Amino acid sequence: MTPRTSPTRRLIGGTGTYIDERFGSANFVTRSLRKLFPDHWAFLLGEIALYSFVVLLLTGTFLSFFFEPSAEHVTYNGSYENLQGVEMSAAYASTLHISFDVRGGLLMRQIHHWSAIIFIAGIMVHMLRVFFTGAFRKPRELNWVIGVTMFILAFANGFIGYGLPDDLLSGIGLKITQGMAIGIPVVGTYVSFFLFGGEFPGTLLIPRFYILHVLLIPGILLALITAHVVIMWYQKHGNFARKRSTEKTVVGAPFYPYFVAKTGSFFMFVFGVTALMGALVQINPIWLYGPYNPAQITADSQSDFYFGFLEGAVRLMPAWEYSALGHTLTLSIVIPALVIPGLLFTVLLLYPFIEQWVTGDKRHHQLLDRPRNAPTRTGFGMAGVVFYGVLWAAAGNDLFATTFDIPLFATTWFFRIALFVGPVIAFVVAKRVCLGLQRRDRELLEHGVESGIIKRLPSGEFIEVTETPSEEAQAHLEGKKEIPQIALPARDDGGVPAPHSRGVRAKLRAALNRLYTRDEIEVVPAEHHRGEHGEAEHRELSSTE
Amino acid sequence: MKWITVRRRHPRAGYAVMLLALFGLGAGYMALMPDSTGGAEAVSSRVPLQDIREGKQLYSQSCSTCHGQNGEGTDVAPSLIGVGAAAVDLQVSTGRMPAMNPDAPQQPRKRRVFNQEETEQIAAYVQSLGGGPPIPSGSDIAYEGADVALGGNLFRANCAQCHNFAGSGGALTGGKEAPDLHDATPTQIYEAMITGPGAMPVFGGDTLSAEEKLAVIKFIVDVREEPNPGGFGLGRFGPVTEGLAGWLIGIGLLIAAALWMTAKKQHD
Repeated sequence: MTPRTSPTRRLIGGTGTYIDERFGSANFVTRSLRKLFPDHWAFLLGEIALYSFVVLLLTGTFLSFFFEPSAEHVTYNGSYENLQGVEMSAAYASTLHISFDVRGGLLMRQIHHWSAIIFIAGIMVHMLRVFFTGAFRKPRELNWVIGVTMFILAFANGFIGYGLPDDLLSGIGLKITQGMAIGIPVVGTYVSFFLFGGEFPGTLLIPRFYILHVLLIPGILLALITAHVVIMWYQKHGNFARKRSTEKTVVGAPFYPYFVAKTGSFFMFVFGVTALMGALVQINPIWLYGPYNPAQITADSQSDFYFGFLEGAVRLMPAWEYSALGHTLTLSIVIPALVIPGLLFTVLLLYPFIEQWVTGDKRHHQLLDRPRNAPTRTGFGMAGVVFYGVLWAAAGNDLFATTFDIPLFATTWFFRIALFVGPVIAFVVAKRVCLGLQRRDRELLEHGVESGIIKRLPSGEFIEVTETPSEEAQAHLEGKKEIPQIALPARDDGGVPAPHSRGVRAKLRAALNRLYTRDEIEVVPAEHHRGEHGEAEHRELSSTE
Repeated sequence: MKWITVRRRHPRAGYAVMLLALFGLGAGYMALMPDSTGGAEAVSSRVPLQDIREGKQLYSQSCSTCHGQNGEGTDVAPSLIGVGAAAVDLQVSTGRMPAMNPDAPQQPRKRRVFNQEETEQIAAYVQSLGGGPPIPSGSDIAYEGADVALGGNLFRANCAQCHNFAGSGGALTGGKEAPDLHDATPTQIYEAMITGPGAMPVFGGDTLSAEEKLAVIKFIVDVREEPNPGGFGLGRFGPVTEGLAGWLIGIGLLIAAALWMTAKKQHD
């Protein structure tokens, strides 16, 4: 070190050397600081979830200082007038205490609840981004599985948190849960007794839920988040096709200082928005609901938004129940509460493997698909979104009915039909839109961008001058990759198909592959059309076709 | 007794006997009847005949098309005999009656057509048709000193399943709805409890005592006047509007922030 080095630099340098001599970390840190991150607004969506999880941990810790996870009976004598002298559980009383008597308690509760909602909504939008851009493909299938697992855990923890304050709404939610548990064929009553430690509601559930909510599930989530981010770091972030970016190279800004600044400020945004909502918009006013009493229920008792699809499914399901051999099969609970979420989450978990099986695409993907360039996947995803969305909307059918003066049963029937018809329409429409957008891309590459200049040639013919898209845009447009087709079952001269293509699975696979790759639009690279000076003159479309 | 023997074969004797019998029956009925229409008598004795006459006039103009010339009801609307003055006051003072669209499953609250004096005249007329619960007077609805905690518990046990935990209203079947209680006056809430309008059950003295009714009123009034300590209350509709706000405001702002940050980057 030269004598001119400032004390601060000496301190930092000294510490760095000290650590490096022991862990050999300098190389790792230098490499990490230079790591490139691609830049696109949609790549920040996952950080909504990441940072709202941080907010959840911070506010949750604060709440745990004051919350009493106990079903013990107490008589309320805090500051909220309307409940003075009312018997309630210690859990509910301590939540009232947090809301009215702890300084900043209500704000913390509201930030906690809003960031829970933003957490799960953030996971959803991030997951949709990953799905529609095909970012789950090889090599990232396992990270997708980790992501969906976290999604399920987040659902579970949100639900458990909803049940903790032991207000009327929580209790109604727990009662519905008990109904679902007891509806499981054959073992339902055992499951219910095991979960609640006896008859509903009992006194064991709140302490049990509490330890799951504050320790077990957040612990697993934390571990999985770490794995999720480290794997992403190791595998590098996917990127859209652009100039110079290939399946082997990432184009973006270095982690330090650009990405650090960006992600740091995005953390501030997430914290700011959740704090703003916590301060200005009231959420879960538990004092209005009153303490849980199994004899009471209120209109508008819905779940938080993410469980809306289950609630909606229960509302749409006809009341079918059968008895056989001393067992009752309550289809009106089994289908909406077990079959539908089971189906939804299984398809989500397995989708990367299903798609890989159908397309046979085992290539290594660093470049992301634009949604339009994978029309079948986009259509399927939109069908899923509509299916979920219809169920979700059906959970609020009573509010639709009162707000828009529609008879309640009419909304039920509308949603019942929409549940089956909607996804089909969404698939067809989304696929057609994708194909239309692809054709437009192809047109841009073939004919260039319309400049708005019309020229008249000496012969009297009118032509429109078009400009070649910028190199960046061209690279983006040409990024489409053809989706591999699996050859139809090979047949020999006698018409006998090859052994490997004979089984049901092979036939199913070939059929799905045909469905997946139908309506392919070939991309023609722009080089074939470009004039020497980067500007070309083309005839009007109608005259060329 | 000869005069009876002589006259009993008189052509009009039958009518005379019938009249006497009817009179006797009526007198016996008046003497033995339980005092259930005490309120009705009280009102009809309290209300001047003039009011009943005025009320009948108003009734004939605005109500009789659907409810019948004498309140006997038609295919369109139910009979009003025995519904009482309280029901009339509730329906007319909330503007639900006269109805704009009698075919609708339920009449909405709207601007009232008759002022309080006219309303009471119509109520007096309907009361005179067959009694029923009278309009509660000042001392009946002195709710200010009632027990609000008791009222909250009773409200959640009896009312919240339709009217929502904070009285924001809710949907019912058949195109009906339990209206929100934001504008209902204490008198109207009391009248609704004793008359059971539409799909609402009657909360008689056996279900909710007078004291308990006042506690419920106290709770409704207190809760709706209570500010939302957490900020904007989102209509107190529960998680549905909260989810909507989470997506529209929360996710909306954050996506806008993401777009803004990456858009800035592209300029340099």
